Amino acid sequence: MNPRRRKLMLSVTFIVLGMGVATALALKAFQQNLLYFYSPAQVAAGEAPTTRPFRIGGLVVAGSVKRDVESLAVRFVLTDTLQEISVDYKGILPDLFREGQGIVANGRLRPDGTFEASEVLAKHDENYMPPEVADALTAAGVQLPYRAKNTAP
Amino acid sequence: MIPELGHFALIMALCMALVQAVFPLAGAARGSVAWMSLARPAARVQLVFLLIAFSALVHAFIVNDFSVAYVARNSNTMLPLIYRISAVWGAHEGSLLLWILILGLWTFAVTVFSRHLPEQFVARVLGVMGLVSIGFLLFILLTSNPFIRDAFPPPDGNDLNPLLQDLGLVIHPPMLYTGYVGFSVAFGFAIAALLGGKLDMAWARWSRPWTVMAWVFLTLGIALGSWWAYYELGWGGWWFWDPVENASFMPWLTGTALIHSLAATEKRGVFKNWTVLLAICAFSLSLLGTFLVRSGVLTSVHAFANDPARGVFILVLLGVVIGGSLALYAWRAPGTFISSSYGLFSREMFLLVNSTLLTVAMGTVLLGTIYPLIIETLGGKVSVGAPYFNSVFIPLMVPLVIVLGCGAWARWKSDAWDRQWQHLRFAVFGSLIIGVLLAAMLDGAGALRTALGVALASWIILSTGILFYTRTRSGPDLLTTLKTHPRSFYGMCLAHVGFAITIIGLVITSNYSTDLHKRMKPGARAELAGYTFELTDIHTITGPNYDATEAAIRVWRGGKIVTELHTQKRIYSVSDMPMTEAGIRPGLTRDLYVSLGEPLGNGEWSVRLYYKPFVRWLWLGALFMACGGVLAVSDRRYRQVRVQATDPQSVIDSGAAAKS
Repeated sequence: MNPRRRKLMLSVTFIVLGMGVATALALKAFQQNLLYFYSPAQVAAGEAPTTRPFRIGGLVVAGSVKRDVESLAVRFVLTDTLQEISVDYKGILPDLFREGQGIVANGRLRPDGTFEASEVLAKHDENYMPPEVADALTAAGVQLPYRAKNTAP
Repeated sequence: MIPELGHFALIMALCMALVQAVFPLAGAARGSVAWMSLARPAARVQLVFLLIAFSALVHAFIVNDFSVAYVARNSNTMLPLIYRISAVWGAHEGSLLLWILILGLWTFAVTVFSRHLPEQFVARVLGVMGLVSIGFLLFILLTSNPFIRDAFPPPDGNDLNPLLQDLGLVIHPPMLYTGYVGFSVAFGFAIAALLGGKLDMAWARWSRPWTVMAWVFLTLGIALGSWWAYYELGWGGWWFWDPVENASFMPWLTGTALIHSLAATEKRGVFKNWTVLLAICAFSLSLLGTFLVRSGVLTSVHAFANDPARGVFILVLLGVVIGGSLALYAWRAPGTFISSSYGLFSREMFLLVNSTLLTVAMGTVLLGTIYPLIIETLGGKVSVGAPYFNSVFIPLMVPLVIVLGCGAWARWKSDAWDRQWQHLRFAVFGSLIIGVLLAAMLDGAGALRTALGVALASWIILSTGILFYTRTRSGPDLLTTLKTHPRSFYGMCLAHVGFAITIIGLVITSNYSTDLHKRMKPGARAELAGYTFELTDIHTITGPNYDATEAAIRVWRGGKIVTELHTQKRIYSVSDMPMTEAGIRPGLTRDLYVSLGEPLGNGEWSVRLYYKPFVRWLWLGALFMACGGVLAVSDRRYRQVRVQATDPQSVIDSGAAAKS
């Protein structure tokens, strides 16, 4: 093999190898870290996984937020207007967490059917609704009035 | 009247952009000097019109002209003047106007600093930039006109999103955009070279300073964004692998690969195809970034628009730019991809490995960013979190850092292992010792990762130090020796050390930051990382456009007061939005960071306390990288090309350029 050919082979081998390793890493990380979204109705129907974490979203039911007196533990109920699910969280809720607000939580489903959230997300815009929540509500047949406000002319 | 003037100026700018694109490109193809010479004046007049349009919008914000719908949506009479001005680019339409203004400024800079280039080449560069300008002006005029009047103007405006009412937002977007748009110059040079069929060393030399400058702005823009998120979002995070951040990070990774590949093309005439492809990719990713952020496809803090028509327009624009330039590339790029003019163990090879790794890293970020979008169009819902990016991206950076140390050392063409080993062994042993010592001394879950990260950073610093030392020790005296080396050499050293500093900050703050979420009322104390935090007082205050609850937190260490921090929970009057203002005591080795949570009743509040070691090093490193870039651009070989006869170095360089 002449040096030129050899170099070409080596370069190609390196690039293919690099791509291969990166793809393998990516796919492995993908499998472990993809978070699927489920609405409360889907959870109630038993579609959500019980062994791995996932995302859940909906509206915070008015009057459902209960705080622990001693710690920062909090429990609230999420709804997509079809089904409800209790969510437990320990920590400080985001600025825009309010009753009636659409939020998304990451966490796991407990055997008793409640959701243990490791993270609660509410976006930084009062008109904004997480797209997953908006879709889940639309699927549940809810008219979304603020959509009009969201779509700037 | 003035908004209409702005609208009119935009239309005039579009006409000028048409002139700037059509005549010079046609002239370059036909060899008509008269047509080519239209490029510069057209570009300059276009800038004048863009300035008029932009000023008209700024004016509308300053005088609170709420008959302009965009102003009414994003400003308010209570907003302080500086935020009324920065509100111009606080949302979709205005930020696009800023984008196009910056494109005009870059184009103007090209018209000024291109006198030494062949007329035909400049005409093509300006023509291509004119085409980009046409695309964006049409986009603004057809889908996102900021000057549209509201028939029934409200008495007062909505508010600017409180998150954006901050000094960070005054400077972050212009900086980031200057970087994004700057890659259009590199793109213009690449397309011009392809059109002319002359991808040579001269082309690489010409486009190098422009590319580095764009990269400098992008580096600063990303660092500013990260810093802004850190102090403004109230929970001390500085990088989230948020799609919008990724959108700016992908052009940066490609741009970094590009500036390194350009170095090889300029010095040795290799990787021409690869370099030109990277230039096209860097600009395409900048456009993709604009598309991702502006179309509302990704809904996050940064997503201002929710109008699909705009998304379709940008998608088409993106398709034309990427498809068109890749087609041109396939048609005109020279055939040989790998040249045999360098050995396996040479600087060229290290640079090739480096840009491959950077491109692969970019690919993994791209995958994680658009995969959820692809799944969503297929009907599923999925999100890719930070763990994915961390577990894929970071392993790719390890070989990159190792190669960096060798590559900066290796000679062009071919080098010998033993020569390298002779010098670099000190760096190898030094960084190994530092790593082992740290691994032994540190405790906690992140000890090994921290030791590895700091060892890698030490490898960069030590190998750069040895390189610097061996290059500068020979010669009569230090000052004379220092002067014999080009500034680009010092720029490279500085930028590499900056990268090392960022790595150190990243690993230490990621592995050793501690935090505490606590219920507190006045008088309560909490311990964190050897500091005692005492909540001394909670009171209410009134700002210009908000009401706030402010907590004063005194920090003690060893019986002495370190500092007193103030953190606020603001409620903005117009939008009724809550916002947290963190209290931060910055330091070179640690930040103390507190932020107020929510009222829990009985005078109690939830409070977040953070101890963040070495977090400043993240941005300090970026600053070093940017300074290194500026230093490299100021190298005289980019400035003195015209006075070749008096400068022996440039005679040699231009001789080499002519040969290729």
